[in-house]
Amino acid sequence: MAIGPRTLLYVLRRLAQAVPIILSIVLLNFLLLQLAPGDAATVLAGEAGGAPPEYMALLRERFGLDRPMHVQLLLYLKNVLTLDLGYSFRNSMPVIELILGRLGPTLLLMGATLLVSVFGGVLLGLLAATAVNTWRDRAISVAAVIAYATPLFWIGLMLILLFSIKLEWLPTTGMEDVVAFNEGWTRVVDIARHLILPTITLSLFYMALYTRMMRAAMLDQRGMDYVVTARSKGLAEHLITRRHVLRNAVLPVVTMAGVQVGSLLGGSVVVESVFAWPGLGQLAFQSLFARDFNLLLGIFFLSACLVVAVNLVVDLVYLALDPRITVG
Amino acid sequence: MPQSFWRRFVRNRPAVFGLAFLVFVVLLSLGAPLLFPGDPFSIVGKTFLPPFADYLFGTDSLGRDIAAGIAHGGRTSLMVGLVATFFAVSVGTLLGALAGFYRGWIDDALMRFTEFFQTIPTFLFAIVLVAIMTPSRGSIILAISVISWPPIARLVRGEFMAMREREFVQAAVCLGMTDLAIIFRQILPNVLSPIIVAGSLMVATAILIEAALAFLGLGDANAMSWGFMIGAGRSFLRDAWWLCAIPGIAILLTVLSINLLGEGINDALNPRLRTL
Repeated sequence: MAIGPRTLLYVLRRLAQAVPIILSIVLLNFLLLQLAPGDAATVLAGEAGGAPPEYMALLRERFGLDRPMHVQLLLYLKNVLTLDLGYSFRNSMPVIELILGRLGPTLLLMGATLLVSVFGGVLLGLLAATAVNTWRDRAISVAAVIAYATPLFWIGLMLILLFSIKLEWLPTTGMEDVVAFNEGWTRVVDIARHLILPTITLSLFYMALYTRMMRAAMLDQRGMDYVVTARSKGLAEHLITRRHVLRNAVLPVVTMAGVQVGSLLGGSVVVESVFAWPGLGQLAFQSLFARDFNLLLGIFFLSACLVVAVNLVVDLVYLALDPRITVG
Repeated sequence: MPQSFWRRFVRNRPAVFGLAFLVFVVLLSLGAPLLFPGDPFSIVGKTFLPPFADYLFGTDSLGRDIAAGIAHGGRTSLMVGLVATFFAVSVGTLLGALAGFYRGWIDDALMRFTEFFQTIPTFLFAIVLVAIMTPSRGSIILAISVISWPPIARLVRGEFMAMREREFVQAAVCLGMTDLAIIFRQILPNVLSPIIVAGSLMVATAILIEAALAFLGLGDANAMSWGFMIGAGRSFLRDAWWLCAIPGIAILLTVLSINLLGEGINDALNPRLRTL
């Protein structure tokens, strides 16, 4: 892809489109914060075990909570834009620091899941579509339908039961064996072993979805004119599949995978709390129990921003991958 | 039409299985107060009794009857799934119909609004909503509806856009029918079948979301639910696997049946169009 002025303009326009979305997310977050029981002053007072009303009034003045609503909104906007998402009194830490500390494990889990589900789904869809209406196709389709209906958290628990408790092949929870103080390569292997079950759990649903999409896209593409052309010039069937059909059938799957980052984040809340994976999802789960709304809404805000950013990146990657998409 | 619909539907064996199992779940849920009278939270016997002994599915960590929990939990799942879907489909249909019928700035505004709701991480949003409103049946239904309507709105908008230019709509305009009458009495009946299919599949998704919320501790504390049972049983996975396994199988089979049924309806309504 040549980075010409038109491409640059497209990138800038996409960036500009993200601005109102981010502002809307800030507004939504502000409204939710207003709805949440208790404001910052009551939370502070509650942590201190009660406070006289005069002190509460003083606190409200300091946080600007006595100002009119629109001033409070502007104050909140200013705070958010400077990445000040408030303070988590339960954890005695600024919310942003807590979140950034947990971002790594979540991105690792999401990345692994994305790879496994897209590759697995494409492969299974391919296997089903190249043997349509045989036992192989039926077995894959039935498995996909069942996986599509299985609750994530339940399959996670069942995998723990089978592979960790009964067979003792894999560790039950956590991201690494902390007491072993592994370093270097052994640590990587240890983390990878801990990553297997959460990744499978989170992948299953999406793999089922991509398998079905891939199968349908393959069957769709097979009837296209270019396939008939390829066949009439004497190209072997497996070459038609590999060189022509596969490449076109993968596109909708990749698009879908890009769109589903937000849904993946939601799924990781459940999966992380099942496997005690120390990421954003588990932090959200803990904040639920501690009734720490500042933290919960901070996670929600940054997750939403993450989705906007990923969508932007996916669009740009698409631009680079598919020469048929033109900008402008 | 209805007759040929039935003939096509019963030829689809998975769909018939789905319908049969769903009827069973509905009867079990409706009959729960008769089959298992009293509070499903009450203690009936010793703790951790294995299944198929004194009690059909055994007892849990407090000595509660798991079979009673399954029957009463089914009520919660089905009720939340159906009511949330009803609200989501109503809102989605209304907004989609307005956007597709009027186009122009109304369409632009409504679609920006819809896209916004599709951008934010939906399950996380549901968690935030339920946590802030405090967990109750009402807040769970509201949260699931709020995150579920956008796909319906997009679907209905597309259908309305396609119908808008058809001759019968033009004729209705010429006859001087009001916009509302055209939308609800002329176009809507013609686009009902994709809405029914999407709605029936959405019930399954709503049940899965409700289960996940209850599992995370965001269920209604006064209503037994399958997700809550799995969440309560997870600490005893090592010694009493059935605490988690049985409610999970109940969710899996129910959701699977609804999906099979939804696809069966789809295939029977559009014999030429097969979905994924």
